[in-house]
Amino acid sequence: MNIVNPAKAGTMESSDIYIIVSPNEGGGIILDLESIVMKQFGKQIEEVILKTLYRLNVKDIHLVAKDRGALDYTIRARVEAAIKRAI
Amino acid sequence: MDRPRRTMLFIPGNNPSMLQNAGILGADSVILDLEDAVSITEKDSARILVKNAIEALDFYGTEIVVRINPLSSDFGIKDIEEIALVEPDALMVTKATEEDVRKACELLTKIEEKEGFIPKSIKLFPLIETAYGLENVKEIIKASDRVIGILLGAEDLTADLEIRRTAEGKEIFYARSKIAVTCKACKIDAIDTPFTDINDGEGFIKDINTAKSLGMTGKAAINPRQIDTIHEIFAPSKEEIRYAKDVIKAMEEAQSQGKGVFSLNGKMVDAPIITRAENVLKKARLAGLV
Amino acid sequence: MKNILGREIPEYIQGYGAVKPFKGAYKSLGNVQKKSVKLHSAAPTQEKVLGSIKEALEKCNIKDGATISFHHHLRNGDYVLNMVLEEIYKMGIKDLKIAVSSVFPIHEPLVDYMRNGMVTGIYANYISGPVAEAISRGELRSPAIMHTHGGRARAIESGDIEIDIAFIAAPTCDTYGNINGVDGKSACGALGYAVPDAQYAEKTIALTDNLVPYPACPIEISQEYTDYVVQVDSIGDIKGIVSGTTMITKDPVGLKIAKMTSQLIGASGLIRDGFSFQTGAGGTSLAVAAYVKEWMQRNNIKGSFASGGITGYIVKMFEEGLFETLFDVQCFDLQAVESYRNNKKHQGMSASMYGNPHNKGAVVNNLDVMILGATEIDLDFNVNVTTGSSGVIMGGSGGHSDTAAGAKLAIVVTQLIKGRLSIVVDRVTTVTTPGETIDVVVTERGIAVNPLRKDLIEKLEKTDLPLMSIEELKNMAEKMTGVPEKIELDDKIVAVVEYRDGTVIDVVRKIRE
Repeated sequence: MNIVNPAKAGTMESSDIYIIVSPNEGGGIILDLESIVMKQFGKQIEEVILKTLYRLNVKDIHLVAKDRGALDYTIRARVEAAIKRAI
Repeated sequence: MDRPRRTMLFIPGNNPSMLQNAGILGADSVILDLEDAVSITEKDSARILVKNAIEALDFYGTEIVVRINPLSSDFGIKDIEEIALVEPDALMVTKATEEDVRKACELLTKIEEKEGFIPKSIKLFPLIETAYGLENVKEIIKASDRVIGILLGAEDLTADLEIRRTAEGKEIFYARSKIAVTCKACKIDAIDTPFTDINDGEGFIKDINTAKSLGMTGKAAINPRQIDTIHEIFAPSKEEIRYAKDVIKAMEEAQSQGKGVFSLNGKMVDAPIITRAENVLKKARLAGLV
Repeated sequence: MKNILGREIPEYIQGYGAVKPFKGAYKSLGNVQKKSVKLHSAAPTQEKVLGSIKEALEKCNIKDGATISFHHHLRNGDYVLNMVLEEIYKMGIKDLKIAVSSVFPIHEPLVDYMRNGMVTGIYANYISGPVAEAISRGELRSPAIMHTHGGRARAIESGDIEIDIAFIAAPTCDTYGNINGVDGKSACGALGYAVPDAQYAEKTIALTDNLVPYPACPIEISQEYTDYVVQVDSIGDIKGIVSGTTMITKDPVGLKIAKMTSQLIGASGLIRDGFSFQTGAGGTSLAVAAYVKEWMQRNNIKGSFASGGITGYIVKMFEEGLFETLFDVQCFDLQAVESYRNNKKHQGMSASMYGNPHNKGAVVNNLDVMILGATEIDLDFNVNVTTGSSGVIMGGSGGHSDTAAGAKLAIVVTQLIKGRLSIVVDRVTTVTTPGETIDVVVTERGIAVNPLRKDLIEKLEKTDLPLMSIEELKNMAEKMTGVPEKIELDDKIVAVVEYRDGTVIDVVRKIRE
């Protein structure tokens, strides 16, 4: 999938994750992650985001994520929603 | 009796923390709402969230129903196409008509075949909230054998009828009766409309009792705090339980004596009475009364 | 060296001294010696009222290295600690040890004093806000020493803490040093935590914004202990001292936990005439009280006492006749203050009477049921209420360890997961309360009973409560959240966690940034 427009999904509510995506033509994946549980789950959140991007065949993207303790299913869902809004 | 359906709790579909807790709030059924609880700009995001939630979360045996958008809109079709893939227990069809139920059923059949799911495993729960829907409730039920129950939506129904919705509910007496009777005739559940005033405790109890007295088999809830009260009132009474126990005891006695037919208190006890007694005891056990 | 809970603790800690390792919740009971108190007697003509805090400090001969104490009855509305330290700073005093029963965000100025070396040691039962974060970053020269409410009283009475000057923030004080907390614009109710300070400090200074003619009535802390009295404009901000009303939670998950807890208490058989109960001031804890109230009313139970920090909800239960009396160590809201003032059966208790394990019997020893919180609880049922899972100090035992040790049934009530973090963990970051004193943990998804309590397990199996092992609870949580990375902490010890008997149950290490 090709990211054409900037888009966002999710909220800053507890247990949610706010995802903002924008195009990054030819620049690969740039991931900016903030999380209230960065030390404990930062790596895992990053993995879930990257796996979701891989599954949706997104190769170039600038993705900003502000996490408020979202579980994996929420991260997957919000990333997918943002991507689908951006193509 | 299948699983009990005394309460159906509405859960806003775009809210992760409520979805995560949906299974532990004590309702028999949860309605993950993609329709009224979600703004138009978030319908797509909510759909994906609910889909992932059903896949990943443990609902601890609670029935999972997803309220989809009207099939007349693009949202509704997309809802079915996505949500069916994760096999919820049922889809709730809003402002239901026979046409909608048929369309939904066909779409589900296609998806079940393609995905290799058990045919007809995904059920339908039409929401009757228009004058047309109310008048055609039997046809709506008969439009598909996936239909397992009807939910009455009084807020939208009274809006359609251009009448006032009241706490007392006299204006929906006909709607309740008609739905209760039709559902009973079709042997499915009749679920009453939710009581929307959280702060009117007395009015709430009266409302549940009215619904029960007209033959509704359960009630929708919009707040988890409503669940216990609904369960209490829909639980069988002491007399019903005593009678049910007597029936079962008499039946067991008759069986041990090799008798096929028996009577209790001078009245013959046949199969429907035995089934009803068994259902009463099941409900009683659930409510912790036996 | 590892103590019996497997916590790694050195035999000697710089800035603390030789470590007496924790050996068990009830192992140190027996013969006890209290310290003797040095004091300066007052001649009949002596005037106690002084013109300023500075004058009082000079008269008390404050020197470098002194230990001064404060109580926390004014909570996050306290002005006194900051006021006193400001005056001491002007005098150029260094190397102070502050024994303050609890530290709140309003005490932020303490951080600067820590940094410039005026304050080099802190004893506290509960530390929150910027001071807690600064201690976690290693900005206090000596490790902070964290006690329990009962343990602080023990430490003062035994001489483990030697207080040179005790500062008593007094909502009402007469010209000869009789103090109460029920009258005045900064009324805060009971003054339980200030009592040991007044009784054992070499010098006691009362600071009041309500100086009344002699004699005050009632007298909670008597003139026999007060050296000087200083009048100030305001000892605290009433909005920070007491909340309007403490509210029961509306959160459905909290309510479910509370309901399950009340069913558990009912099944335990402890709710009968003479029942005694204590709960915290949080929303879920109060919801438990609400369900217990219903149970008691339905079954016509007359309880003996409710205790602790008292809230308006407990006062309501008391006024409705559910308890014979209340034992109050601090008032959390205006209703509690009002009741303490007016109702003679709403009795005060000192911190020592409340939870000191080394006196002739504390109130916690007679407690049937205690409702507790937890930041973490591990597979051995050890509870952490001292640090967050990131290792930063955000609390402390308060009365946690004391009540858990004394109560017949100590119940931890908590959500299973908060913000993606499971409350049930393999090993707690810090042990505040040892698992042998914790009987059950109730979460919305399951209840785990300490295997030591076979009697309780038997009773609860007869109910339809969702019992499971604590391992199963942890697995359930991990299935939802995933397994967290372990937080690496520095080796440096920033706080020593003393159990109520003065032994060291754990240490807090510096966070890595």
